[in-house]
Amino acid sequence: MSKKSFRQAINEALRQEMRRDPRVILMGEDVAGGRGGTGVKDAWGGVLGVTKGLQTEFGEDRVLDTPISEASYIGAAAGAAATGLRPVAELMFVDFVGCCLDQIMNQAAKFRYMFGGKARTPLVIRAMYGAGFNAAAQHSQALYPLFTHIPGLKVVVPSSPYEAKGLLIEAIRDDDPVIFLENKVMYDDEEDVPDEPYTIPFGEANLTREGDDVTIVAFGRMVNFANQAADRLEKDGISCTVIDPRTTSPLDTGTILDCVADTGRLVIVDESSPRCNLATDVAALVAEEAFDALKAPIRRVVPPHTPVPFSTVLENLYMPSVEKIEAAVRSVAAYHVKEEA
Amino acid sequence: MQISRDILTRSYRSMRTIRDFEERLHVEFATGEIPGFVHLYCGEEASGVGVCAHLTDTDTIASTHRGHGHCIAKGVAVEGMMAEIYGRQTGVCHGKGGSMHIADLSLGMLGANGIVGGGPPLICGAALSHKLLKDNNVAIAFYGDGASNEGSTLESLNLATVWQLPAVFVVEDNGYGEATGASYACAGTQKDRAAGFGMPYFECDGTDFFAVYKTAGEAIAHARSGKGPAMLHVHLSRWYGHFEGDAMSYRADGEVAKQRAEHDCLVNFRKYVSEVSLLETSVLDEIDADVKSEIDAAVIAAKAAPLPEDADLMRDVYVSY
Repeated sequence: MSKKSFRQAINEALRQEMRRDPRVILMGEDVAGGRGGTGVKDAWGGVLGVTKGLQTEFGEDRVLDTPISEASYIGAAAGAAATGLRPVAELMFVDFVGCCLDQIMNQAAKFRYMFGGKARTPLVIRAMYGAGFNAAAQHSQALYPLFTHIPGLKVVVPSSPYEAKGLLIEAIRDDDPVIFLENKVMYDDEEDVPDEPYTIPFGEANLTREGDDVTIVAFGRMVNFANQAADRLEKDGISCTVIDPRTTSPLDTGTILDCVADTGRLVIVDESSPRCNLATDVAALVAEEAFDALKAPIRRVVPPHTPVPFSTVLENLYMPSVEKIEAAVRSVAAYHVKEEA
Repeated sequence: MQISRDILTRSYRSMRTIRDFEERLHVEFATGEIPGFVHLYCGEEASGVGVCAHLTDTDTIASTHRGHGHCIAKGVAVEGMMAEIYGRQTGVCHGKGGSMHIADLSLGMLGANGIVGGGPPLICGAALSHKLLKDNNVAIAFYGDGASNEGSTLESLNLATVWQLPAVFVVEDNGYGEATGASYACAGTQKDRAAGFGMPYFECDGTDFFAVYKTAGEAIAHARSGKGPAMLHVHLSRWYGHFEGDAMSYRADGEVAKQRAEHDCLVNFRKYVSEVSLLETSVLDEIDADVKSEIDAAVIAAKAAPLPEDADLMRDVYVSY
């Protein structure tokens, strides 16, 4: 056990799985960097250094720099996965899925079903997501709802370094296509992470705290925001359960429904665009399955229906925040159903 | 060029099977009993068969929406294919895929594909598997003149060269992407495109089995020897519409009739092997009779086969979930 950053936890998961299984390969734009240049090899190790050192250890056959050509190499990763390798392809920014969605949505995700169960596609696609980096509209989206919508894909949104390592090892060992989304603002977050390999199963939510008054469901980086809000609310006597679903597909609906049954009040925090996102999905689930348990309207803390803006003031306004979560929780905690006359 | 008797008879049988399979589908589709769309490969048989004659079950191919011929050429069982096209539980994909998604990975058949340009990136991946697993296999992307204009195809030509993959890109150029002529829609030439990516280019008459067999052999040998990818441009003609029900008003009167009369790969094959005494007519007649009863039996079996059950709806979305 030692303190590791989100970046180091992911690097360690990749390194340990590549040592364990020679079929695991990496590919992506500048996952090493330097190929064909006049300077050093493994120059970048990923645009934010997440895969640094892996090509040096595993060589150019297993850590493959690609041309800037997402349709070809994401499709190649799918084809390689269906024919005996276990590729981890990096899409860099998840926004670039616009260049290769066919290969994910119509190819990798559909093989097993379309082919009557005859295909296995053990593919992981890693990508960065999220606002808060002044990266503006084409490099900041939180597109996990888009992937969650597609049957055949599994979708992971780790909330901390510990979670990232265990969930990534699980993803690499999984026999289905997995979209693994890393919030780019979290790469320097640190916590204690075991040195040895371990897995965290998909579809099993983590309760980061348990309380009696309000259930908060939060995704990815928003788990941290929700915990901070819960700390503040605790001082005023409002105790919260915070659920980190870890994966949006599969989604641990049982844990969400159990917690709502206990608290009767629900706030959902989701940094993706507000229409047809995970917050609407969870709200629909609870409205349908736990209507009788609800003591207050469900509240969603989500961005407005706009592209992610560039300027810091606008980006801050756009993002869900600890303050916005706190206000939402206070409002549902204070809500009382009017008695009928 | 030496071709073994075994390859000749197997190739003739494959071409005859494709022809009869497709002609029968043309008839059966018109009765309304077959759900969805079908895209027929009649007229193009020599291409798929001439290429696949050089492959084993461990080589990989990816096909197109016009995929029945490639499936048969790669050895997928006709009975299972027919049942699949009829949407039956006994189909090769248990009725989940239909005509456009027939696949059998155990035979290196990575699927017909409903997306134009869907296959070439996948084939880069299959070729990467072959290269890294050092199994001496090759991966073949079949695609049409239409798909040759897709970005995914052009990106794949680049990636395959950059990574020096054992891949062959087979452009089956039937002159039409749906209802639009290739002479309008394809800028430049396939040859120049291959040259632009630095890969060797081969071309042949796709209605002549012997031409395809010889040229595909050269292209595949290049890829298999580790020298990187190649492009094989096959000129051919489809005898039916883009899909069944297409009246083909975009083709001049007589265009298809002329192809059928002068460029029938089966007629020309029979003529050639008789002239040079490679195979006896009686052997070919026997194959024809065999195939006819095989297709008859496949249709009868498909029509009688059970439909998928309710529980099949949820099956095989994931390996585990």
